[in-house]
Amino acid sequence: MNQMLEKSIFEYSRDGRGAEAQHPPALRGAVASAAKEALGAVPAALCRKSKPMLPEASELDVVRHFTRLSQLNFSIDTNFYPLGSCTMKYNPKACNQYAMLPEFLSRHPLAPDSQGQGFLSCMFELQEMLKKVTGMKAVSLNPMAGAHGEFAGVAMIRAYHRARGDLVRNEIIVPEAAHGTNPATATMCGCIVREIPVDAEGDVDIEALKKAVGPNTAGIMLTNPSTLGVFERKIEEVARIVHGDGGLLYYDGANLNAILGKVRPGDMGFDVIHMNLHKTFSTPHGGGGPGAGAVGVSTRLEPFLPVPVVGREGEGYCWLAETDRPQSIGRLSAFMGNTGVLLRAYIYMRMLGREGMSRVGEFATLNANYVMARLSSAGFDLAYPNRRASHEFIITMKRQAKELNVTAMDIAKRLLDYGFHAPTTYFPLLVPECLLIEPAETESRETLDGFIDAMVAILGEASSDATKLKGAPYTMPVRRLDDVRAAKQLELTWKPVDSAA
Amino acid sequence: MPFIPHTEADVREMLATIGAKSIEELFDEIPQNLRAQGLAGIPEGLSEMEVGRLMSERARQDGRPLSFLGAGAYEHHIPSAVWTITTRGEYYSTYTPYQAEASQGTLQLIHEYQTMISSLTGMEVSNASLYDGGSAVAEAALMAARAHRKSKSPRVLVPSTVNPNYRRVAISTTGNQGLRFETVPYQRETGCIDFAALASFAGQDIAAMVIQQPNFFGQLEDVDALTDWAHEQGMLVIAAVNPTSLALLKPPGEWGIKGADICVGEGQPLGVPLSSGGPYFGFMTTRMDYLRSMPGRIVGRTVDLEGRHGYTLTLQAREQHIRRGKATSNICTNQGLLMTAATIYMSLIGPAGLAQVAETSMARTHQLVTALGRQRGVRQAFAGPRFHECVLLLDRPAAAVLRELESQGILGGVDLSGDYPELGSAILVCATETKTDGDVERYANALGSALQAVRAA
Repeated sequence: MNQMLEKSIFEYSRDGRGAEAQHPPALRGAVASAAKEALGAVPAALCRKSKPMLPEASELDVVRHFTRLSQLNFSIDTNFYPLGSCTMKYNPKACNQYAMLPEFLSRHPLAPDSQGQGFLSCMFELQEMLKKVTGMKAVSLNPMAGAHGEFAGVAMIRAYHRARGDLVRNEIIVPEAAHGTNPATATMCGCIVREIPVDAEGDVDIEALKKAVGPNTAGIMLTNPSTLGVFERKIEEVARIVHGDGGLLYYDGANLNAILGKVRPGDMGFDVIHMNLHKTFSTPHGGGGPGAGAVGVSTRLEPFLPVPVVGREGEGYCWLAETDRPQSIGRLSAFMGNTGVLLRAYIYMRMLGREGMSRVGEFATLNANYVMARLSSAGFDLAYPNRRASHEFIITMKRQAKELNVTAMDIAKRLLDYGFHAPTTYFPLLVPECLLIEPAETESRETLDGFIDAMVAILGEASSDATKLKGAPYTMPVRRLDDVRAAKQLELTWKPVDSAA
Repeated sequence: MPFIPHTEADVREMLATIGAKSIEELFDEIPQNLRAQGLAGIPEGLSEMEVGRLMSERARQDGRPLSFLGAGAYEHHIPSAVWTITTRGEYYSTYTPYQAEASQGTLQLIHEYQTMISSLTGMEVSNASLYDGGSAVAEAALMAARAHRKSKSPRVLVPSTVNPNYRRVAISTTGNQGLRFETVPYQRETGCIDFAALASFAGQDIAAMVIQQPNFFGQLEDVDALTDWAHEQGMLVIAAVNPTSLALLKPPGEWGIKGADICVGEGQPLGVPLSSGGPYFGFMTTRMDYLRSMPGRIVGRTVDLEGRHGYTLTLQAREQHIRRGKATSNICTNQGLLMTAATIYMSLIGPAGLAQVAETSMARTHQLVTALGRQRGVRQAFAGPRFHECVLLLDRPAAAVLRELESQGILGGVDLSGDYPELGSAILVCATETKTDGDVERYANALGSALQAVRAA
């Protein structure tokens, strides 16, 4: 039996209804005549003629509608989310509560530094802590997501080469297993992308790398541990080769959680990194954002950091902007990035502290290797059976797809019926029928066992009743959706006539 | 161990299952010389109680001064229900809705957002949001250059009445792709785009023009004439608008004969707290013609196996995870939670409420400007209609006057002398529906005494 669907908010709407407690009070006295004058000054040609289609609903209807909608979602607070490369760990409630103190929320971005020393001290300490856990020399908190951090990083690499008068370096090398954002970022930075293969054990193909590197190489973007769920063992050799030819190393921090406290990108020779604070430092994913993609750099890239950054003057803290940092790649947000997210990351890091942070990588890795060992012995095929898992690993359903006509997609959808969010599917692209599984450190052994039991049960169903898997899920608010129709018969806004359908 | 649930027995048994002697052994593929020697310099962990106390002390340091700052971020009333619902775990801790069947709540909400913001801006389609107003302007410029069917020009006109920070973000974001922004000056009497100066660009090959309404000074541009002029020149028109103002002002889809082509803006006024600058969200809407050039996520309605309506991400072939180096942008998030808050805000405030918010803000600013203008040495910089901001010229240096006001617990405005030195001592002030008669009076009195103090110094 399917759960009830929730009708559109527009179907609650009636002309003249509203949540009137939320409206500003009626204007009386001096301000009423001010209103008349101000509105009277606006020429009719500049005014709106028809009212916008916003709901006209009671407060209770609105509250009920959006509460009901929320109940149609899986979330970390309700379900286990072994979503590879996404680090779906618990988002502590304290991080939200204390980032939402009224003084923090009401502070205007252009308020003077003197009216924000409490907030700025948190930001400064966050920069310092991020430097220490990554081994980088300087940090800017500006980028508003991982991809935005990537953009900042590659832009800094370009600015660095340009500042040296080297104008030909416009190629970015990217391993084929990389996130799609890597090549997309390189393009956004006006670079040419050169993809290189990985070898059979998941490490970068050194011969291919040597061929790709040359006088046009601006840099290489690497995720380590890689999106294949393994640590790049030849990282020092990669660094030597790229640096030897004048290129720089970019560290995609998507998988930083796996090595937090164990290895620092700065010690591996990286020149610039971005950190997905919404992964490693547990700020919420929020249904697709806001993220935060702070960047860290080595000494030679420091002058190019995006502005503003937080500086310290005597006992006080201040924002340093364009005039203070003339070589900066500039401003990436109108103000200071996703500051509220940064506060949450700060609170999380303070709660974990030195000890807690070094356990993150350890227990994320323990959980991943445990699930990998058990799934492997239960008959699932590992993509890299000879390797340790990092904080994630890949199983491939290639054999089952061929023998039983059951795909990674079918497994993923069936898992939803068992109450588990699906792992990442069909990424990385180079492993056929893959499921990328990342059980974060905050999950208990019982939860992992429950997931493993579900996977084993589904594997059983694959042999006994493959058609059942093809039709999954059965218990969600909707069954499998017609993506082709969604793209062909575009319905991108709600239309009143639809309600009759 | 904070947030790690493992008992010693768990660890022992899990390692036995793996066949490893210690957790340490699980890291044996990492070269020994790279291994970090602890995390020196990171402080000891704090309990929730301790961190609560620390953060409350930090917050207290910042205080809550009476603020008349605007310039792209606006203080508005936020209904309690907005963040009570937005921070429910089912929204707060959910992932991007790639598994549509397990994400119908978020997907339907985005679809409702797309509907509301399209209607508010008078455009046909919307994406699921971008990072913020500044980055939305940058993405719109890239999109216009990509979508333009006749021009391959990298040139984009950006008048100096566009928020200077938006211009900076646009330059830093698009410079590596070769986009060139050219400034159009404003007219000194009205604070609006100087039509005479536009003439020098006539007949040239330029991809697009950005028009901000209300403009950075709070003044209202003649959007119909500007849009028609840009279209006659073969440019696409990018509208950058304040969403609150659209309850009263003509939506970009109706500007001029054909309407703007792309509309963007800062979504913060729709239920998002000021929070020192973020997280906010940028909105972007466009005409159907340019849909496939639009960056960012888009949700569509479709049917499931049993023919029932459901929602899913669609047109993903534009995006980085499919198109990689050929994607419309590298963006792979939207500002989901902020868009959630804005959707709930728009649902609660409704069309009538939003119009009242806009009217009251205009009225309060008018009242404020009148009261401040009565002080000696204060006059308005520009004539002509405006929304809820105004540039005031002071006969003493703005920085000194603002410092005096600050000492009286008032943030009196944004000093424009850095970005607009030609104005002399100028501040941008803003009052929204959150201000009262008493607040206005307090500022007016304080400004009088602040100017006096600076004169005496």
